[in-house]
Amino acid sequence: MAKVLVVTSGKGGVGKTTSTAALGAALAQSGEKVVVVDFDVGLRNLDLVMGAERRVVFDLINVVQGVAKLSQALIRDKRLENLWLLPASQTRDKEALTDEGVGSIIAELRTKFDWILCDSPAGIERGATLAMRYADEAVIITNPEVSSVRDSDRIIGMLDSKTVKAEKGEHVKKHVLITRYDTARAARGEMLTIEDILEILATPLLGIIPESQDVLRASNVGSPVTLNNAASAPARAYTDAARRLMGETVTMLVPAERKGLMNRLLGRRAA
Amino acid sequence: MSASLLRFFGGRKSAPASATAPIARERLQILLAHERSIRGEPDLLVLLRDEILAVVSRHVRLDPDRVIVKLDRSDTVSTLEVDIELPNGFERIAAAG
Repeated sequence: MAKVLVVTSGKGGVGKTTSTAALGAALAQSGEKVVVVDFDVGLRNLDLVMGAERRVVFDLINVVQGVAKLSQALIRDKRLENLWLLPASQTRDKEALTDEGVGSIIAELRTKFDWILCDSPAGIERGATLAMRYADEAVIITNPEVSSVRDSDRIIGMLDSKTVKAEKGEHVKKHVLITRYDTARAARGEMLTIEDILEILATPLLGIIPESQDVLRASNVGSPVTLNNAASAPARAYTDAARRLMGETVTMLVPAERKGLMNRLLGRRAA
Repeated sequence: MSASLLRFFGGRKSAPASATAPIARERLQILLAHERSIRGEPDLLVLLRDEILAVVSRHVRLDPDRVIVKLDRSDTVSTLEVDIELPNGFERIAAAG
């Protein structure tokens, strides 16, 4: 049965779009049929991170308004044949996104895909509430930093009250994905630890994505990090997270402290 | 994953004096306990301000711009401060009923 998964956070810049692309690609690499849907009307970026920015013809709002059919707006990934993108509109008014319109698109996507990943915009306004509205599960992206944790808590409260599932008395299954984690800084007490974050948010952990240059490199070239450099630490962490979403039990690895290549070659120890 | 396993690599045991993460953790815990308690409730501060002003306005004509409402939350007590400026020779309203 199809699963609708919202990737959300409240706060901007924590890695929602990067994570949507990476998790979507990782699920598709495992053979699942996946669509990633950009809900950030007016500030779309999932197309860019997926490397499909020059192939966008129709978008989510065109489909909501009946200007285009869903099949015309869906863009197939060039690398993975079972990965698709439904882009957001860059120019249209975000008020055009309606609850009914989104509901009918999600219902149609459910008949075609195994996974529907909704990339939420930042904030708690209409785009964010509609992105989570029909979700079965939620991945809450959190950075080890006070403002991000606070906003995650707020979003968790909304997932428990403003979704269709919550209104029916059911629960959206929630997972915390910690991104931009720096083990060394956490060990020095400069950064909230994983334990701190999980205790405060009281939500199970989906994975820990280390702070890494590989993430920026992947977005520079328009490729999900799991496709661009599958052996890199963030790609492995995203792949493990995707396997957990599919119900597998995968040992949680805390990203090891990164040592520079030069340091390793010279055998230098960290100061 | 178990909390003890997390504690194993959590690394809070030998944090140097400059460690600020424990402060972050404590501030968050206090703040979120408060925010969760008021979630979905009408804004208490707005309610208090409106009702207090309604009572005072029954007797004295007020300039709404000269009213300052402040709330200071600390660990054990919170103070609500309502500062209403009345000009000298302010206008009294005859008490109704």
